Amino acid sequence: MAKVPVQFTLNGAEKAEFIDSGTTLLHALRDKIGDTSPKGGCHQGTCGGCSVIIDGELRLSCLTLAETCNGAAITTASGLSEGGVLHPLQRAFLDAFATQCGFCTPGMIMAATVLLDHTPNPSRDEVVEALSGNICRCTGYEPIIQAVLTAARSNSQNAA
Amino acid sequence: MELRKSYFADQRKDDLHEIGQPRPRSDSPGHVTGKTAYFADRNFPGMLHLKMVRSPHHHARIRSIDISEAEKHPGVVKILTAKDVPHNVYTILILIQIGPEDETVLADGKVRWKGEAVVAVLAETERAAQEAAAKVKVDYEVLPAVFDMEEALKPGAPTVNEYHGRNYYLYDSGECRKVRFGDVEAGFAGADHVLEQTYQSSPIEHAPTETTGCIVVPEGNDRFTCYTNTQAMFFTLDNASIILQMPGNKLHFVGGTVGGGFGGKVDVIVEPIAILGAKLTGRPVSFIYSREEEMQISSPRAAEKVVIKDGVMNDGRIVARKVTGYTDAGAYSRHSPYGAQKGAGHYPGPYTIPNVWIDTYCVYTNRTPSSAMRGFGVTIGDFALEVQMDKLARLIGMDPLEFRFINAYRDGDMKAHRQPTEGAALIECMQEASRAANWPVAEKYLSMSSYAKGV
Repeated sequence: MAKVPVQFTLNGAEKAEFIDSGTTLLHALRDKIGDTSPKGGCHQGTCGGCSVIIDGELRLSCLTLAETCNGAAITTASGLSEGGVLHPLQRAFLDAFATQCGFCTPGMIMAATVLLDHTPNPSRDEVVEALSGNICRCTGYEPIIQAVLTAARSNSQNAA
Repeated sequence: MELRKSYFADQRKDDLHEIGQPRPRSDSPGHVTGKTAYFADRNFPGMLHLKMVRSPHHHARIRSIDISEAEKHPGVVKILTAKDVPHNVYTILILIQIGPEDETVLADGKVRWKGEAVVAVLAETERAAQEAAAKVKVDYEVLPAVFDMEEALKPGAPTVNEYHGRNYYLYDSGECRKVRFGDVEAGFAGADHVLEQTYQSSPIEHAPTETTGCIVVPEGNDRFTCYTNTQAMFFTLDNASIILQMPGNKLHFVGGTVGGGFGGKVDVIVEPIAILGAKLTGRPVSFIYSREEEMQISSPRAAEKVVIKDGVMNDGRIVARKVTGYTDAGAYSRHSPYGAQKGAGHYPGPYTIPNVWIDTYCVYTNRTPSSAMRGFGVTIGDFALEVQMDKLARLIGMDPLEFRFINAYRDGDMKAHRQPTEGAALIECMQEASRAANWPVAEKYLSMSSYAKGV
């Protein structure tokens, strides 16, 4: 099968690959480029485990064709911490015991990152709405919601 | 959280300062940075993908299997059928001498539930494996199926599983697990009221976000490394060793990181066939359930039916309890004979009742095999028992919490299965619950103790 070239930045670094046409971004990231932080829980756009940020917007990488991402800036959960220092959301998830099995965590953190980028001081309802596309089967939603609210508060304190 | 040490005379005296204090989870930093390595977060050059051809029928004889078209499909490397599996008929609890072996790795001559694995296809890509699986032709003769436990136990019902020869598990105690304590009929005869109720539950799927799967790598030293999300590493290794007729020292299992289990990842389903595929092709093999397989194929919690008959006095004492429990194993045993047995030990509940009769049956039907899930064998039973307790309290016009105080087991009480009660704390829990929930009970119940007899 003819390969198609795809080139984008992943967490700030240039990436280029030849892929089969029709390859999902999830597959390309995990199996070609080696960033396994997006998780494939359903491969049908319902669990949110594969969530990534493409040009500032939250996207499901299992429903996104890699070849449509040429020139895009892609962020994944593995690219949030800088120089070994956790991102405030990562810190808040840790402190709030917002992880159990951990499989939904990267997707949750992606959804929360986009929320706080657009809405730095969200209400609880806005947090719930922003996370509504991400399934946590361990049913730890309450600590996750608290973690996002805590991260928002610490961001606004730092900004003040 | 307050840790009270005043309840028990033999409470340990040392300072339990860890309890009530948060401690960071050691796995959290990996989770929040996306660095935690789940089994599927590994990729090996030349890795093959395994897809199953599954039965579309609940119960059918296999007349023939034709893999000739599938073999020609581009990308197909190997196709496995029952004859390729060294020890194809197995049962997981054989490790603790609970037989007979009653399940096939790949169906041989017959399928007993809709979704049963029949043929395994190994191909260069997931897509090629899927397309080739669709080209495998299986000729079935559909047989009558049974889906209801009571129907399955009736004479003349279709036999689900020939390895048992009857539609229930034969315990050493006979057709069911039995508990006999006191004289239950005399208890009913002397009771002020008798209440019999039936409770039923449906199968429940665990639905972990990470689907069941494994990746197997043939190593240069003639060993196989199996990266798996099983919840039962050594249990799976030992069963794989039996199924593959391969010494355990040829198998290296890597796991412990599970993207949600809830009991749904303790069956030995994906590993043996993936290891076999790696052995016969000499290449790494990935076998990962699709979301549809996770929901339809993986074992659910068993459906249960519980019939509870209680004799109760107007003063609140339960004087007799008879329970008949049915556990729907589906087509194969897996953990269900054990689950049904657990129910037998559990059914009197945390209550002291002088006359008890319990029968629990493990029943075979043409449904998806059920297995472990969070307290299987007792969870549905507890639901039934506690609803029954509320109904009994209502029947005699008593407060449901006070009714439980009257019947709560206390240290020294003999349980129906003849283990004396030790370390009971039900009274104290209910006293605390009464305060926490602001559900007042009479003072005499607040001065009760699991240790000291007499109200």
